[in-house]
Amino acid sequence: MHELSVTQSILEIALRHAEQADAKRIVRLNLVIGELSGIIDDSVQFYWDMVSSGTIAEGAKLHFERVPAGLCCLACEHTFPLNGRNYVCPECGGERVVAAGGDDFRLDSIEVE
Amino acid sequence: MPEQVPVVERIMSANDQLASSNRARLDEAGVFAINVMASPGAGKTSLITRTVEALRDELRIAGVDGDIATTLDADRIAALGVPAVQINTGGSCHLDAAMVQSALPQLPLDALDLLIVENVGNLVCPASFRLGAHRSVLIASVPEGDDKPYKYPVMYRGVDALVLNKMDVLPAFDFDVDYFRKGVEPLNPGLAFFSLSCKTGEGLDDWLNWLRSEVKGYVSGGSGQDTRD
Repeated sequence: MHELSVTQSILEIALRHAEQADAKRIVRLNLVIGELSGIIDDSVQFYWDMVSSGTIAEGAKLHFERVPAGLCCLACEHTFPLNGRNYVCPECGGERVVAAGGDDFRLDSIEVE
Repeated sequence: MPEQVPVVERIMSANDQLASSNRARLDEAGVFAINVMASPGAGKTSLITRTVEALRDELRIAGVDGDIATTLDADRIAALGVPAVQINTGGSCHLDAAMVQSALPQLPLDALDLLIVENVGNLVCPASFRLGAHRSVLIASVPEGDDKPYKYPVMYRGVDALVLNKMDVLPAFDFDVDYFRKGVEPLNPGLAFFSLSCKTGEGLDDWLNWLRSEVKGYVSGGSGQDTRD
């Protein structure tokens, strides 16, 4: 639902860095999206063409690096993916686990000409 | 050949900067703020009205209410004799820091101790937008089901306190409180948890005591380190 404003933020950040680098055109944006960031990359892609139109980022390719959310067992330190059913360690059956990673949502780099 | 320009910037940084400026304004006036989030119908306004009724003689309270439309919620808070500002988001599914920024000048901040911000009813989007509040509170309710932490982990991950409301109807639902809590603990170890009923008042005291002590701790120095806002 809020991916429009988020996509506008991505564009603003990219344009600012492109200007600092004296770039004429942005051809690619490398984004990192964690599973727990709450952002749907398909929606970002959907709005991208609309918000980038008429800017030096028009036509730039969005590359998403998806970072899965993991859980880490406090008993045996086994790390396993979030499965949405329970948070029990599949290795040792431990129930004391903590979330590990997947919160990120950032623009890592842009590629410019 | 394209040239790579490193950026490494969080996408939410523009909102986060506004949230920090809201926080600075609140701190300047010495107002402790909480951001109350929940799905529609979980009992946000009910918990807030209960809280205002219980604490209005000891704390100077005001409310900011976010809704897509209507002033129904702000009217309920204002009816208790405290300042309330309604923000109509005009279709947006969450409050953001800019909306709260525009509401702050409408409140007598220097004459307040506690600001209660009621977010738009939604278990997805509010999690991504910091407002500048000192603590984030999530209200879950028994009829929503005990699997919500598993289905909406982002929302459960960043809050400082979790209220499980409508405990009075627990016998009518297949709600396993233990399973619910096991879904929260890994995402948010050791968060404050209160099971209560806004309807009967059962369990409210623990919540009120937590909030009292948070406000007191804030007044006596430092806002502490909160996890989200």
